[in-house]
Amino acid sequence: MTAQVLAFYLFAVACIAGGVFTVVARNPVHSVLWLILSFLSAAGLFVLLGAEFVAMLLVIVYVGAVAVLFLFVVMMLDVDFAELKAELARYMPLALLIGVVILMQLGMALGVWTTAEGVALAERPDSVAGGGDHNTDALGRILYDKYFLLFQLAGLILLVAMVGAIVLTLRHREYVKRQDVVQQMHRDPSATIELKDVEPGQGL
Amino acid sequence: MQTGDLTIILPEIVLSIFAMAGLLAGAYGGRDRLGPAMIWTTSALFAVLAAWIGLQGAGTATAFGGMFTDDAFARFAKVTILLSAAAVLLMGEGYMVRSDLIRFEYPLLIALAAVGMMVMVSASDLMALYMGLELQSLSLYVIAALRRDSVRSTEAGLKYFVLGALSSGLLLFGASLVYGFAGTTGFAGIFEAVQGRAPVGLLIGLSLVIAGLAFKVSAAPFHMWTPDVYEGAPTPVTAFFATAPKIAAMALLARVVYGAFGGIVGDWQQILAALSVASMFLGAVAAIGQRNIKRLMAYSSIAHMGFALMGLAAGTVAGVEAMLIYLVIYVTMNIGTFAFILSMERDGAPVVEISALSLYSRRSPTRALAMLVLLFSLAGVPPLVGFFAKYSVLLAAVDAGLVWLAVLGVIASVIGAFYYIRIVYIMYFGDEESELDAGGSTVLTGFLVVSAALMLFGLWNLAGIEGPAAAAASTLVR
Repeated sequence: MTAQVLAFYLFAVACIAGGVFTVVARNPVHSVLWLILSFLSAAGLFVLLGAEFVAMLLVIVYVGAVAVLFLFVVMMLDVDFAELKAELARYMPLALLIGVVILMQLGMALGVWTTAEGVALAERPDSVAGGGDHNTDALGRILYDKYFLLFQLAGLILLVAMVGAIVLTLRHREYVKRQDVVQQMHRDPSATIELKDVEPGQGL
Repeated sequence: MQTGDLTIILPEIVLSIFAMAGLLAGAYGGRDRLGPAMIWTTSALFAVLAAWIGLQGAGTATAFGGMFTDDAFARFAKVTILLSAAAVLLMGEGYMVRSDLIRFEYPLLIALAAVGMMVMVSASDLMALYMGLELQSLSLYVIAALRRDSVRSTEAGLKYFVLGALSSGLLLFGASLVYGFAGTTGFAGIFEAVQGRAPVGLLIGLSLVIAGLAFKVSAAPFHMWTPDVYEGAPTPVTAFFATAPKIAAMALLARVVYGAFGGIVGDWQQILAALSVASMFLGAVAAIGQRNIKRLMAYSSIAHMGFALMGLAAGTVAGVEAMLIYLVIYVTMNIGTFAFILSMERDGAPVVEISALSLYSRRSPTRALAMLVLLFSLAGVPPLVGFFAKYSVLLAAVDAGLVWLAVLGVIASVIGAFYYIRIVYIMYFGDEESELDAGGSTVLTGFLVVSAALMLFGLWNLAGIEGPAAAAASTLVR
């Protein structure tokens, strides 16, 4: 058994175990931690496949951002997980039934999977990109050259998402005190400060 | 990538840059005070772009390695989309100002949605299709929830978003199965790979792609979001939903089934025929009980999409041509009808109950008459243009051997005529005098009267759309 095969089984088992414990863990914070383990193992699997860029992306985006966001949500929002679990148990038989049916349908469809004539399925990521020393380079080439239009459209979609979030949530409040540095520096002391001569023994 | 590619998508680039410049101007300049001016500018730009695209010569060009196609079909759809979006924007301006919804982002989001729709109708690659679709949908989700202090409107936005996301998921799953079979996402490549007998996996992919797109055209049984979104969204937004996005989604559906799956017509024909029958009957029957005119228009649009799908299901050049003509006529009728709905007001507040129209003919005979013409045309009563729209799709279905589909279409159309004519009855023979304001702005009255006049005078040559529609259809069907 080579080191690669050993690493594959290690990561694969850790990935599945992480997924299972994410669902069954009692404490929601533990669930998120198991989820992070699952993400990291998936990143390891991607490295074994030769897709190191996707692996890095998984670590940076999913572990670094998404999972931390989940942690915040779990810790800050007062979600009653016991109630959610009870709710889940009620629908479990139906959900299992639907899951099994979908699984069987997919098995039927994908079990007899065929491709059109002359279609070669890519086995390694670098064989798709063609050229480039490593697949970060290759992905960059393909993204900014062949898929330039799609890349720009994705940018527009993100712009719409940002504008949408602002349109739906931003409220311009009046009478909000904001710091205006220029105004502060140009204030005239004589106009704003009044000197009072206080007599001893008397108030103002 | 070459400069030639950029020349082909120049209209889209111009519109995107306008939207970004408008956002900057709004954010740093006048904010919502710019709203009305922004609406007029956007509308004018839409009209200019429509003229520009419409006056481009014939011919087909592809850009970005075959991802983007500029052909007669795309140009026909783009001109219709841009002109209807321009009309709807102008009609809604007064309403948005009066109900204090005027935000400078509103016309700009519509402009970005229009960019998405233009990419959709030009897409000749599964990835470009998805990008265009998401750009359009995301903008629509936001403007559906524009009245953010109203529970109805936010519910509409959220419902639309969740179901839209689900449909996008179905579409993507289907697209990945298609890619797995064909080994390419380009429509031309899929067309060549998919010929003759399709294997099961590909059929599942095809069905999922069609289901995802059926969500966007709100064809039954994927219509659930339509009535709630139409009711909850502000009326100008509803008017927009009922026009331009419908054309874009139908054109996209046509492009996918003919451009990518033109080799297995028999396989998607039955899916589209089933969607068509379900939509026509659901739209006709469910609209009968409606009291709210916006909900009624939602069911009406479902039924109309059923008829347009019938043209598509025919699987012939004549069928696509009939579908395009149907869509143009549908949009024209809807613009007029929504111009009327937008002017339904009592003491300056918008009214949507159908019962409020009682004896409206006494209050405002001209407008009632124009609405009567539009409603008869929507119902498909000869000799109005709406009849010829239905006639052409029915004829295409019969010619393609789908006689049963045409017969069912006629039955559904007769059922559907009931609720349109009921509105006419209420307007002319209602119980009590309506309390609606007789007025309505000049813009709204203009659109209403012009649209109604087109229903009467378009009979000579359908306002000349037949030629371009035939050219568009023949470039699509191989």
